[in-house]
Amino acid sequence: MQIYLPIAEVSVDAFLLLGLGAVVGFLGGLFGVGGGFLMTPALILIGIPPAVAVASGANQIVASSISGAVSQWRKGNVDVTMGVVLLIAGVLGTGAGVVLFRLLQQAGHIDLVVQLSYVLLLGVVGAMMGLESLRAVWRRRGGAKAPGRLHPHFWVHRWPLRMRFRRSKLYISAIPPAAIGFIVGVLTAIMGIGGGFIMVPVMIYLFGMPTLTVVGTSQFQIVFVTAVSTLLLAATTHTVDVVLAILLIIGGVFGAQIGTRAGQLLRGEYLRGLLAALVLAMAGKLAYDLIATPLDLFSIAIGR
Amino acid sequence: MIVRHRPTRASFSALAALAALLLASPEARAQQVIADLSRHLVAITTGFAGAEVLLFGAVDGDGDVVVTVRGPEGDVVVRRKSQVNGMWINTLSVTFGAVPGYYAVAATKPIEDIISGPVAEREQIGAQRLRFEPERNIPPDRIALFRAALLRNMERDGLYQPRTATIRFLGQRLFRADIVFPANVPTGLYTVNVYLVRDGQVVSAATTPLSVSKIGLSAEIYDFAHNRGLTYGLIAVAFAGFAGWAASRVFQRA
Repeated sequence: MQIYLPIAEVSVDAFLLLGLGAVVGFLGGLFGVGGGFLMTPALILIGIPPAVAVASGANQIVASSISGAVSQWRKGNVDVTMGVVLLIAGVLGTGAGVVLFRLLQQAGHIDLVVQLSYVLLLGVVGAMMGLESLRAVWRRRGGAKAPGRLHPHFWVHRWPLRMRFRRSKLYISAIPPAAIGFIVGVLTAIMGIGGGFIMVPVMIYLFGMPTLTVVGTSQFQIVFVTAVSTLLLAATTHTVDVVLAILLIIGGVFGAQIGTRAGQLLRGEYLRGLLAALVLAMAGKLAYDLIATPLDLFSIAIGR
Repeated sequence: MIVRHRPTRASFSALAALAALLLASPEARAQQVIADLSRHLVAITTGFAGAEVLLFGAVDGDGDVVVTVRGPEGDVVVRRKSQVNGMWINTLSVTFGAVPGYYAVAATKPIEDIISGPVAEREQIGAQRLRFEPERNIPPDRIALFRAALLRNMERDGLYQPRTATIRFLGQRLFRADIVFPANVPTGLYTVNVYLVRDGQVVSAATTPLSVSKIGLSAEIYDFAHNRGLTYGLIAVAFAGFAGWAASRVFQRA
């Protein structure tokens, strides 16, 4: 069943979009990630203009991450102080990202920048996750005990503008959280991702936050940053396609439930290993597209 | 899937009326070719997946018929990729103005067989003969290269019909042709030019307008998104938030 997307101005099979939402939702539920890093490239692949894919993807992540955020909030896993610092920086970052997106689009480099960012980000994150899960499997096989969690003091504990993050039992400079919040905001506006897979490792390994608080706080942050992104993009570039977003949300809701159940059947380190493989495969495909000779060296951009 | 709009009884009776007019009125006799469309509005609704419009008309006397359809004009940027440090990056670009967003030709015989070169050039018949306005101070060989790329890309997107469609005569005077619009057709005002050609020259011509626009829900969503962006965004976010929250409640119970 073909459906005309009023903002994207293309006609797409509605079941293809429902299916895409379901697959990404399934993977999101399985691995506990938002799945924006899969959604945006997939939408661009089926012919949705990149700007619309990013904005509508951000809108869809609001739906896919809100239930997790609500339950984390109830369990008291959200460090509100940290969340607010991340959020303020995130909103500023989103604003900067929207401007950057426009400039790059005018210069004709937006596709390149989006693709390169994906390759770098997915490559690094995928490699880190892969190594970590391999080590975990290795330890289990070898029967050695995992080392106990330390609270190492890095440079972040010495910088100025120190704040007390009560829930995380931290007293660190506000600059690093603000910086990471800002970066994630920029990436949300440019790449249509929630950014959970960047924030989580940074908060655990760099800030030394407790894992539970990290998961709760990052989900809280993702809901708000994607919501603000959607609002800003809707108000400035008019690229949020609600028809597209609704179809993705409906598919995603069902996919996520099945994925969550499937996730409980698999062991954590295997799950992370699988996710790492998926992320690396995506990075590899995008990298290949950058270096392979294109079918037509010329492309056109039709202005209105 | 293309939605076909078969010629209705109404369009055939219109055709008959047209023929009668042509035979009777001295004014129409001077006209020598008249044509009309089965409809003057291509409506892009939520279910839009492309459309086909029937063009029909009548000629007075011998000759061949050529029809061109031009979409609304605008600027198009053509970019060329080159390999930089192993990656393919957009390096050169040329902007063309006055580029129709859609172009199609239909004729009773191959264009080259019925119309002289200079006339085809003047009337811009055939996508190859479209006159664009390239930006200034660009070497001519580069313009030719980028122009060819522009035509190739438009054809690949289905916006320029690569082949001349066939106009069929029904008997001596009446003719008909189907104009096909893909799903990605731009909105705006189109011009349909109908030419009667004899001995390589255009002896008569007629023009009829055609409008392509969003209608119904898709038009309302588009207007809302563009005129009241912030409210639109708020609704989009509120819906997404509610849908996600409601779904998790429903599935928790199940």
